[in-house]
Amino acid sequence: MPKPNPAILARKAQIVARLQAVLPADAVIFEPHETRAYECDALTAYRCPPLAAVLPRTTAEVSAVLRVCFEEGVPVVPRGSGTSLAGGALPTADCVILGVARMNGVLETDYHNRFIRVHSGRTNLSVTGAVEADGFFYAPDPSSQLACAIAGNIAMNSGGAHCLKYGVTTNNLLGVTLVQMDGTVLEIGGAHMDAPGLDLLGVICGSEGQLGVVTEATLRILPKPEGARPVLIGFDQNEVAGACVSDIIKAGVLPVAIEFMDRPCIRACEAFAKAGYPDCEALLIVEVEGSPAEIDEQLALIKAIAMRHNPVELREAADEDQAKRIWLGRKSAFGAMGQINDYMCLDGTIPVTALPLVLRRIGEMSKEYGLDVANVFHAGDGNMHPLILFDANKPGDLEVCEAMGAEILKLCVEVGGCLTGEHGVGIEKRDLMAVQFAPDDMEAQLRVKDVFDPAWLLNPAKVFPLSVTAGRRAA
Amino acid sequence: MRPTTEAELAVLVRGANGPLRIVGGGTRGIGRAVVGETLETGGLAGISLYEPGALTLVAWAGTALAGVEAVLAAEGQRLPFEVPDMRGLLGTAGDSTLGGVVAANASGPRRLQGACRDSLIGVRFVDGMGIVVKNGGRVMKNVTGYDLVKLLAGSWGTLGVLSEVAFKLLPVPETAATLGLSGLSDAEAVAAMSAALGSPFEVTGAAHWPGQGTYLRIEGFAASVAYRAARLAGLLTEFGEMTVEEGAARWSGIRDVVPFHGRAGDVWRLSVKPSDAAGIAARCGGEVLYDWGGGLIWVLVAEGTDLRAVAAPFAGHATLVRGSAATRARVASFHPEPPAVATLTAGLRAKFDPRGILNPGLLA
Repeated sequence: MPKPNPAILARKAQIVARLQAVLPADAVIFEPHETRAYECDALTAYRCPPLAAVLPRTTAEVSAVLRVCFEEGVPVVPRGSGTSLAGGALPTADCVILGVARMNGVLETDYHNRFIRVHSGRTNLSVTGAVEADGFFYAPDPSSQLACAIAGNIAMNSGGAHCLKYGVTTNNLLGVTLVQMDGTVLEIGGAHMDAPGLDLLGVICGSEGQLGVVTEATLRILPKPEGARPVLIGFDQNEVAGACVSDIIKAGVLPVAIEFMDRPCIRACEAFAKAGYPDCEALLIVEVEGSPAEIDEQLALIKAIAMRHNPVELREAADEDQAKRIWLGRKSAFGAMGQINDYMCLDGTIPVTALPLVLRRIGEMSKEYGLDVANVFHAGDGNMHPLILFDANKPGDLEVCEAMGAEILKLCVEVGGCLTGEHGVGIEKRDLMAVQFAPDDMEAQLRVKDVFDPAWLLNPAKVFPLSVTAGRRAA
Repeated sequence: MRPTTEAELAVLVRGANGPLRIVGGGTRGIGRAVVGETLETGGLAGISLYEPGALTLVAWAGTALAGVEAVLAAEGQRLPFEVPDMRGLLGTAGDSTLGGVVAANASGPRRLQGACRDSLIGVRFVDGMGIVVKNGGRVMKNVTGYDLVKLLAGSWGTLGVLSEVAFKLLPVPETAATLGLSGLSDAEAVAAMSAALGSPFEVTGAAHWPGQGTYLRIEGFAASVAYRAARLAGLLTEFGEMTVEEGAARWSGIRDVVPFHGRAGDVWRLSVKPSDAAGIAARCGGEVLYDWGGGLIWVLVAEGTDLRAVAAPFAGHATLVRGSAATRARVASFHPEPPAVATLTAGLRAKFDPRGILNPGLLA
C-alpha cells in the first residue's frame, strides 16, 4: 500500500474532532485498540489500522462525513461487512473507514412492482429474509451471503451460484442513492427500468467503492420458484465433465446452477462433510427449478445427456433430505479446505470451452510450485474458484502461493477470460490489471474516476496498479 | 466515411476536424438531427466468434442484426433481449446493426428479464480522440475493472464509436404460448400483469393494448408451458376468462409498436413504475400501448405536445421517439437529468470526447 501521508497523521486529532462534530459520539472510532477491528477484511494476510472509522446511520450523516474528509483531503475507504476476499476494504493508516453496517433497514417493499429498497448495510441474505415469507427472493447469492452487505455486493458486482439464470448484482440493481466524495447526494435509477441518458448505475456497480458511497439501493426481487432439485453426476475425466456442461447448455435447458468439483476438492469435502460423494475425477451438481413435473422433465433431459458421456455416478435427489446431502459437500468446500490448510481462493473466469485445458495446466502448475490446488467452480458461466493450499506459518509459502495464483490468472486471461468474475480486484489483483488491459483500456477507466472523484480520495489505492495511479493520487 | 477495419476507424476519428454523425443501419434515428460528416459503421462487419456451447457471440459492430439472428437461430439460440425493429414506426429503411442496437440499448418485451445492456458482455470502441479501448470480454461473469460495457450501452455514440460487441446468448425455448384477457381497464390490466409477473410461472412478456386485450407470454418445454398456462388462468380468474393461443406471433407487433405505424402524431416512450402507469397514461391522453407489465408506456399524441409537462409529476423518464421537426426543435428528446447527474454525464462526455465531435447535441 502507498505510504501514509504524514500531514494527515499529524492532524488526526483535528480530523477526529471534525468528524465528531457531525456524528453522534458512538459513531466515531479513533482509539488504536478500537480501530484494530477495521484493520483488514477477509483477505487477512494484509492488515493496517485506519486513522479512524465512522459508522453513520443516515445518508445525511454519510454526506457530512464525506464533506469533512473532502475538505481535509483525507482518503476514505468504504466498508460493507468487510468480507472482501480481494482486500477491497483494506485501510491505509491515513484513511477514514466509512462503515455502513448500522444502515441496515428495509425502506420500502413493493410486491406489485417487484422491488425492495434497503439501506446498503443490510446483509444479502436478510434482503431475501425480508420478502421470502411472501414468496419472493433476491437472486444474487454470493457464498458469504449470511454476512456480506448489499453495499459491498454493489461495489464488487457480486455473483453467486445461480447467475446462469438470474445474472449478477448489476442485473438485479434498479437504483441507488449515491453520496459523492464532496458530500453531494444523488439519486440514480429507481423503481422504473433503464436510464434516461448514460447508464451511470451500470458503471457505479462494480466500481469497488471508488466512485461514491452507496447508502440506499433499489433491488429487483423475484417470485420464488415452486421448487428446485439437484442431480449429482460423477465423471472419470475433467474433459468429459466439461463436455457434458457444454452439451447441457446447448440442449436448451437452463439450469439455475451447474457446479463443478475436481478430485482434490471432492476428497476434502467428503472427509469434512461426509456427504457421500463418489470418489471420482470430476463431479457436477446441476440444479433445475419449477413444479415437480417440470423438474422431472428437465432432469430427464439432463440425465439423458449425461448418460451419453458415460458417467461413473448419476444420483438424483429423491427428496429434500437427499437434495441437501448433494449440496452439503459443495457448500462446505471452503470450510473443508480451511480445516486442512490456509488457502487462497481465486475467481478468474474462462470461456467454458477452455475448461479442460485450464484444469490440465493448473494441475501442472500445482506440481511446479509444489502446492496443492482444489478446484470448485460455477461451470455454467466459467467462473473458476481454484483454492491454492499453503501454510501461512511457513516462511515464503504465501509468496509462492501468490506467484502461482498470478500464473493461474494470467492463464485465464490468455484463454479469453478475465482476472476476476465476482470477487473484484481490490489490492489482490491490482498489479495484474496490465495482463488484461492495455494502457489505453486502463486510462479510459481512470477517466471515469476523474469525473466522479477528481481528488482521488475514495478507496484510492485499489483496483489499478499503484504505479499507474500515482500521479492522480498525489494530485 | 465508411471504414472497414477498427484501425481505419480510429484513424478517421483521430483525423476528423469537425462533428461526426455516426450511423449504423440508420433505422433508429432519434433526437435532434446531428449536423456533421457521416461516419458509417456498416463496413465493420462479420462474426468474430460464435461458441454455441458457451452461449457467446462476438461480432464487429457494423454486422447486420438480421444475419446474426439467422446464424443464432440455426443453432437454436437467440439474443435474449428481443430487439425491436423500429423501421415501421419511424419510417426508416436499412439494416439494423449490432452496434446501433447497443448504442440505443434497444430492448423489447423480454426486457422484463433483462435489457440489451444485461446481455452485453464486452465492447471495443474508438473514443473521441481516436483511441481504441476495450472493456469486458467474452465471458459472462467479469468484474475486472470498471464496467464501461454498461456505460457504452445506450450512449448513442456520444462516448465512442463501437467497433466490436460481445453478447451472452440464450437457447430458444421449445415452444411459446400467449395468454389473453379482454375487457380490462388499464389499471385492471396492470394489476393482472403484476399478479402474473409476481407468480413463479416465468412470464416473459406482459403487454396491454387498450381496446384489444391484455397479453402474457410464457416459453419453455411444451408440457411446462401447458402447465403454467393453466396455473396462470387459475391465478387470474378475477380478471375474467383467459384465452390461450399457441406461439408468440403477437409479440413482434408489440415489440415494434405496430399499432402506431403510419399514424399521424408524435410517439413517446415512458419508463415508469408499473403501478403508476395507468394514472400517467390517463394524464397523457392520446393512444397508449403498455409493455413490460406496465413499466413501459408507448404514447401517440398530437404533434408538438410536451408530454413530460403533461404527464408530470412522475418517477421515471420519457423519451420522444418520433417527433416532427418542430417538436424536436422545441422539446428535448431525452429526459433532462437532475443537475448533479447532468454534471457527471457532461464530465464523462468531456473525458471520452473532449473535442465534442461524436454525435454532438444528440443526447442534449
